[in-house]
Amino acid sequence: MLLTLSWLVPLVGALLLLLVGNADGRRDGMIRWLALGVSLIAFAVTLGVWAAFDPASAEFQFVERHSWIPQFGIDYFVGIDGISLLLVVLTGFLTPIALLSSWGSIERKVKEFSIFILALEAAMVGVFISLDLFLFYVFWDAMLIPMYFLIGIWGYDRRVYAAIKFMLYTMAGSVLMLVAILGMAYLHSAATGSYTFDLLKLYSLDIAPQTQMWFFLAFTLAFAIKVPLFPFHTWLPDAHVQAPTAGSVILAGVLLKMGTYGLLRFSFPLFPEAAAYFAPWLALLAVIGIIYGALVAMVQPDMKKLVAYSSVSHLGFVVLGICAMNTQGMQGAVYQMLAHGVSTGGLFLMVGMLSDRRHTRLIAEFGGLKTVMPQFTAAFLIMTLASIGLPGLNGFVGEFLIMLGAFRWAPAFAVAAGLGVILSAVYMLWMFQRVFYGPVTHEANETLTDLQPREWAGVLPLCAMALVMGVFPTIFLKPMEASVDALVLRMQATQTVQVEIPVDRRPDDERRLTTVTERVARR
Amino acid sequence: MTGDGMFALAALLLHALGFLVVALVVPLRRLGRPAAYFSILCAVGSLASALIAWQRHIGGTASRLVWAWLPADGQTLTSVGVLADAESTIMLTLVALVACLVQVYSLGYLSDEPPAALGRYYAYQSLFAFSMMGLVLAPNFVQLFICWELVGLCSYLLIGFYYQKPEAARAAVKAFWITKAGDVGLLIGIVLLWHQSGTFDLLEMQGLVESGALPLAGLSLITFCIYLGAVGKSAQFPLHVWLPDAMEGPTPVSALIHAATMVTAGVYLLFRTEWLFALTPDVLALVAWVGAGTALLAAILACAQDDIKRVLAYSTVSQLGYMMTAIGAGFATAGFFHLLTHGVFKALLFLGAGAIIHAVHSNNLPDMGGLARRMPQTAIIFLIGTLSLAGIPLFGGFLSKEEILGAVWAGGMTGPFVILLVVAFLTAFYMFRVVFLAFFATPAAHDTHPHDPPMAMALPLWILAVLSFGIGLYFTVAGPALPFGPAEAAAHGPAWLMPVAVGSAVGGILLAWLTYQRRIIDAGALAAAFGPLRTAAQKRFWIDDVFEAAYGVVLLGFSRAIGWFDRYLIDGVLNVVSAWTLTSGDDLRTMQTGRVQDYVYGVAVGLMILLLWVQLA
Repeated sequence: MLLTLSWLVPLVGALLLLLVGNADGRRDGMIRWLALGVSLIAFAVTLGVWAAFDPASAEFQFVERHSWIPQFGIDYFVGIDGISLLLVVLTGFLTPIALLSSWGSIERKVKEFSIFILALEAAMVGVFISLDLFLFYVFWDAMLIPMYFLIGIWGYDRRVYAAIKFMLYTMAGSVLMLVAILGMAYLHSAATGSYTFDLLKLYSLDIAPQTQMWFFLAFTLAFAIKVPLFPFHTWLPDAHVQAPTAGSVILAGVLLKMGTYGLLRFSFPLFPEAAAYFAPWLALLAVIGIIYGALVAMVQPDMKKLVAYSSVSHLGFVVLGICAMNTQGMQGAVYQMLAHGVSTGGLFLMVGMLSDRRHTRLIAEFGGLKTVMPQFTAAFLIMTLASIGLPGLNGFVGEFLIMLGAFRWAPAFAVAAGLGVILSAVYMLWMFQRVFYGPVTHEANETLTDLQPREWAGVLPLCAMALVMGVFPTIFLKPMEASVDALVLRMQATQTVQVEIPVDRRPDDERRLTTVTERVARR
Repeated sequence: MTGDGMFALAALLLHALGFLVVALVVPLRRLGRPAAYFSILCAVGSLASALIAWQRHIGGTASRLVWAWLPADGQTLTSVGVLADAESTIMLTLVALVACLVQVYSLGYLSDEPPAALGRYYAYQSLFAFSMMGLVLAPNFVQLFICWELVGLCSYLLIGFYYQKPEAARAAVKAFWITKAGDVGLLIGIVLLWHQSGTFDLLEMQGLVESGALPLAGLSLITFCIYLGAVGKSAQFPLHVWLPDAMEGPTPVSALIHAATMVTAGVYLLFRTEWLFALTPDVLALVAWVGAGTALLAAILACAQDDIKRVLAYSTVSQLGYMMTAIGAGFATAGFFHLLTHGVFKALLFLGAGAIIHAVHSNNLPDMGGLARRMPQTAIIFLIGTLSLAGIPLFGGFLSKEEILGAVWAGGMTGPFVILLVVAFLTAFYMFRVVFLAFFATPAAHDTHPHDPPMAMALPLWILAVLSFGIGLYFTVAGPALPFGPAEAAAHGPAWLMPVAVGSAVGGILLAWLTYQRRIIDAGALAAAFGPLRTAAQKRFWIDDVFEAAYGVVLLGFSRAIGWFDRYLIDGVLNVVSAWTLTSGDDLRTMQTGRVQDYVYGVAVGLMILLLWVQLA
């Protein structure tokens, strides 16, 4: 019941807000507090789930199952393991911060805005806890609607273009995924005589390798667009730049992780043989994305766009870690998802604050802000350093583990990823230097106010989290350990059967890579 | 044993305490001086702990305290903690000493800064000392790398302390980028080594190496990658370009970070892992040649500088090259010994230069002159440092330089040996050029009245001066055996070595004296004699320009091309597809004319096709 509450609370909150009459905007203040209160309760619920979670078990916990459409074997079936647990908590953590960020900047249709944010939270949590593919799909698409409106109504000047682009891209992927989901149910029926969308049952379904390929591609395309993986990333800069701050925070913080989560939960374990086959190619795209995103970020004149492209780069690390399919790679991938949510969410939040003050996000418009906004600068520096993977902050742990995992699998990819680490230091610190160092160059910047208490309320938890995740990684690695191990074992077991390599926990990487590439070449 | 480790740990944690309190207790930080006092208090405590730790481990015992940090497969992937032994605790003492003295000195040097800036400065200082000690005491490669990055961060923050100056901001970020490039090499090396050995732990790995269990295949690549990290941090050619620019930071920072401690981290790393590098003689030879080349290059550059801090900065690069050459020759202990003495006398020289700059308000040698009379204390102190650096007997630098020359000779590296002798000559020359120009030449016309520094600055200077002289005296009188590591009897070269080395140093002093004091040799003519070389030196051998071009033209140009590609090709293709969808939708719509006749035709044609298909099938 606790798990259901974690998505029901925001949804009920949204419905309650619907009932508040606010035609003239007189109750804006009350609505803001209500929405914040609801999101805090939801966060408390997710923390409660964490507290009751048993980290030693790799099984799905808090499982609930109710029959929904029995004719087709569709259930309301939810549960979490260590991987989804942390993503649910991340969602709960970021939503109040997103609401706080809109306190001063969203002035029209506050009620509708708050409703959409809460509805979005409900859908996002739903995505992470669904164990029924049909239910998953419902949440997956439900999440699009509030996001579409958030960008389209409260965004910046090219918001409609960005909203439609976001919608079309995601839909294009998810339609294919729907076909594949229905196909899975059909396969199950062909094998056992009954339809099911139950993920756990489908895990044990034996699918012919050739069929796996098609299914894998259909699922992975949907997730790759969401991640976004090069070359499907071009919706992201537009959506981010046009979205209101709260939208960007959630988009970067949680939504993108739904893509990588999908890879971890569905594409890879459902179709392990196809995954082993495609992993090098996926990793290649990921590594291209790491470097490509960094290079494009380097020349962006707009801070928000720069951070958006840096996301392409950072998410490439996550995909690389997943493709490595070993303990460190997977651990690192999940850790990097969380870390990126905190640091990039924080960067968007703070860029939004600058944008609220100056109504521009162009780097050239700023300079010397450290003199006028010392507190803001300190917090921004922490987020910048977190983003470039400085040890002691959250980004390092994930990147380090991914590097370890990638080296065990394919050193060439890891070296290329290392290049991305250097580049991220180049573009982030260059932006930092141009915005904060030097003398104040624009008159309008001389009177900027420093962080206000309400803004601190959003920034401080993020900075603290970046530090805690960097210094005490075990807090977050322990709960996911059992689940990650189980996942890795599952992937490696299948590979051993197919590619015939030793089940050694540290397999001969080069041999595996050549075997896979040989098979690629043979086709 | 474990108890002894506690002292090293305490030295480390006291600085962490200093940092946390100053950084987090905002009112204290904004008060400035109280924050500084607290930080200094921690630094003094840390120095005391470090001294005890050194004294406890001097006999060669090692103590190790670790806590698990990253889990893996139910075990520990890597831990954090301290590994205190004779080598690490003596390095710890050096760091604690210089950090403490610099913090005291800064009270005087930065007395004009606003309180908030002072508080920030001391927060960075404490964070630096903590990170540097974490690096020195690291029991494994992961902690070493973490602290390695953190000291780089502190260096970035402190170079950019005068952040309103665009040059300082640029220098800060330049230092960070260039060292980061080396750091990624180090990270890759560490990960490769882990892949090969299955551990990050220094002691475990040393055990593997000593028992011959570590596979040697590909080890050269690994040590090369690790060496790359050292190249960046310890400013070896071609990544040395960041260090001279780093002089934009406050002078005490240059003394602590960019002379005595952080820049020597690369040397320390190679010293700590000498058992690993010993397996790859090819990489060691590279280390020696690059080291010697760096020493020569930087010494030439130092001769052409008019900024006193830049002379010292190039001199640091040059001396780091010295240390590296010794390590490359296979005598890491000699390099480490020079690291220690250099740490003391170079900190002294920088702080002395700081006293001059504080008094004259200029970095430029032509603005100085005649200071010996106005600042007698500073002159004596600076002279002690200079004699030590030049390698004059009885002074600290003499012993360690001699060790290095002997080591390089014993290692059979004649080429680097000759280069180092030339460098010894040049070192004496450019340092005495500074001494004569700043202290003895005709005073420049300045309205300020330079005088010796206040107590807070003078005391650290005298302590370092006494140490610079004292170390030399102690070893000369009490015998040459080093108090740590294996005795390096073999490192002592042939009998002619000392006269030759001292001779080249005296030659350098003589040339400087004739040129800048007696003016028998015209400085302009001397410069002209080296025409092209001097031009090249003034242009810094165009190395900075190459980096500038690599960044400004190649990297940014390529990024712009990619940015264009992203906007117009990748996104463009998708926009074309969507536009095509829309227009074809438009075109298809025209089929729906709304006239019944058209639809009937359509149905009839369709039916005919269907029938035809059924027939044929």
